Amino acid sequence: MKLTEKAFFAHHDRDVLAALRQATVGVAGAGGLGSTVALSLARAGVGRLIIVDFDTVEPSNLNRQQYTTDQVGRPKALALRDNLMAAQPFSRYDAGVERITPNNIERCFGDADLLIEAFDRAEEKAMLIEAWCSLHPDLPIIGASGIAGWGSNESLATRRYGNLWLCGDFESELEEGIAPMAPRVGIVANMQANLAIELLVTSYRNRNNA
Amino acid sequence: MITVNTESFPWEEGLTITRLIKRKRFTFRMLVVKIDGAVVKKPAWPETKIPDGADVQVIHLMSGG
Repeated sequence: MKLTEKAFFAHHDRDVLAALRQATVGVAGAGGLGSTVALSLARAGVGRLIIVDFDTVEPSNLNRQQYTTDQVGRPKALALRDNLMAAQPFSRYDAGVERITPNNIERCFGDADLLIEAFDRAEEKAMLIEAWCSLHPDLPIIGASGIAGWGSNESLATRRYGNLWLCGDFESELEEGIAPMAPRVGIVANMQANLAIELLVTSYRNRNNA
Repeated sequence: MITVNTESFPWEEGLTITRLIKRKRFTFRMLVVKIDGAVVKKPAWPETKIPDGADVQVIHLMSGG
């Protein structure tokens, strides 16, 4: 049987789906956070995802990132695009294999309605947040801070600072013995994705009721 | 008086972001700072004077992703 877009989204609320189908979301980083956020947003129906990551899939990524063993060695952004197409083929997925800097953020993500910060290193997170908030003080950016380890679901939360939202436990720095693991990284990634849907749908409803 | 992460903090003439971070003993490695909602990039922290009554957010970022 031929897979159709209508059948894929048969159980989605119509105005929620309409809001997401016309949305463009940027995903900066395609590691444990970014690959998981992207898959969730694709399945939810976001119409266009822009994924940028300079890195390639390594064996040690497979414990938590949405790649398969045969994708080791491939650029993450391209491997993720393939996985997104396989999961939900009705959206547009743009993959960029490059390192994000303050100088190319606008070229990479200028079309995005919302940006997901999904970097690993705190320095890169700060760089992206500073640059995005300066370029687009009215567009949302959703980051993550504190995702390592396991357990303590109750410590995970979302904090808002104007157009910046952060998800995580705000305390678990990566260090020896506290590795990132699939469940906790996945929860935080899906908190980011869930919030992205909320912001996109709310913005759509406000525009259409205005 | 200014607000730092929702808590009151005494304002003084010439209070810069760098001085505030020192006074508050914030030792986090990576921070993003917003004054009244606008991000101030790190190179500007030593010269940026915080106005009296400002709402300052000092946001702590941790590695991992």
